[in-house]
Amino acid sequence: MAYSGIALPYLWTIALLSMGTGLYLGVFVAPADYQQGESVRMMYIHVPTAWLSQFGYGLMAFASAMALIFRHPLADVAAKSAAPIGAAFTFLALVTGALWGKPMWGTYWVWDARLTSVLILFFLYLGYMALWATIEDPNRAARVAAVFALVGAVNLPIIRFSVDWWNTLHQPTSVFRLDGPTIHPSLLWPLLIGAIGFTLFFVAVLLVRMRAEILRRRVRTLQMQQAAR
Amino acid sequence: MNAFFALIGREVRLAIRVGGGGGMAVFFFLITISIVPLGVGPDLNLLTRIAPGMLWVALLLSALLTLDRLFQADQEDGTLDLFLMGGLSLELVVLAKAFGHWLTTGLPLIVAAPVLGLLLNLPLEGMGPLMLAMAIGSPALSLLGAVGAALAVGVRRGGLLISLLVLPFYVPVLIFGVSATRAALIAVPGDLGGRSLLLLGAVTLVSLVLGPVGGAAALRANLR
Repeated sequence: MAYSGIALPYLWTIALLSMGTGLYLGVFVAPADYQQGESVRMMYIHVPTAWLSQFGYGLMAFASAMALIFRHPLADVAAKSAAPIGAAFTFLALVTGALWGKPMWGTYWVWDARLTSVLILFFLYLGYMALWATIEDPNRAARVAAVFALVGAVNLPIIRFSVDWWNTLHQPTSVFRLDGPTIHPSLLWPLLIGAIGFTLFFVAVLLVRMRAEILRRRVRTLQMQQAAR
Repeated sequence: MNAFFALIGREVRLAIRVGGGGGMAVFFFLITISIVPLGVGPDLNLLTRIAPGMLWVALLLSALLTLDRLFQADQEDGTLDLFLMGGLSLELVVLAKAFGHWLTTGLPLIVAAPVLGLLLNLPLEGMGPLMLAMAIGSPALSLLGAVGAALAVGVRRGGLLISLLVLPFYVPVLIFGVSATRAALIAVPGDLGGRSLLLLGAVTLVSLVLGPVGGAAALRANLR
């Protein structure tokens, strides 16, 4: 709590600055694509949100594994706090993808492998949150939700490789490739700065939520003590 | 190993004598399929086209129906605690329960599927591939469902929660099952039914590992 309290203002500053820089460069400075024209600028929001939707689930699954193996109480808190943020980014990725798909593909939604697997990811987030909401005992809810998060992690590689395994409408990976990015540097740099900014933003919101969750648990314990007295 | 088979036998006997299991699921399957033509209209060509998909969707929903009692009944009368203390590892218990669920719910549904296919004007040459695909894919429904049932053990109104948890995991079965069945009816270029069947088998094999391990972990998490 003490360390995160000191770190948070700096984190917010850097996150908002780099998000702003990335978005500014992307929207006003970067050149328009020769094929997609101005609508390529949707990429500077769509790609970071889509990346964070998977990062969020990976973090949640990792924290769940830590919670199950080492029983560190903070791991539970981290996994629980990451879920709504991850779900929100998944939703944003789906919405921005749909808005981008309309001018590019001529439709808001297609049932291709990448889109379907991301939609399933969204459902997994919702199921995870539903588990937390329905089980009253927080310790039991933490264990059960952790098992669910780990089972659901099989979806992550499916999302990652869906565009390579199935030949679909969604374009294949163009940034994180073994043979280097296939995207032009003038488009890549704003994207990378923006992605770092979005990620720091995610971490900042996560820390705020974790602090709130710890305080909520303290309040709960105090109330229990009060009631027992 | 004896305990394992005894457990499967117990599941089957309970399902037959107590009722409310596989029979209800088949009845639900029948009703779901028969409201489809009422919803989309009695156009036979259209029904032929959507028959594989509708049959698979109805199969998924029917398989879900009996899941909420899979561990709940045992938890209520304390049998589950005996399983935890007993000699049989919890993974094998979950495997036996899932196999029992498949025998009493999955198998009757597969047998009923061709008859219901007639209602949707599914051509006769599609019946064999449909049953084959369902026979390969439906064990995955029971195995993955066991994880969901184990997660929701001891939760009030767990049935609804199980559907939310399990249906996302059913999607691969649905996709490959439907494409295997459809490929037998319509020759889709570049998409052979055999490949979909192989992928369907792969999903079942993965869930054969994931189901017992995940289900046992969920039971331990819930009961400790």
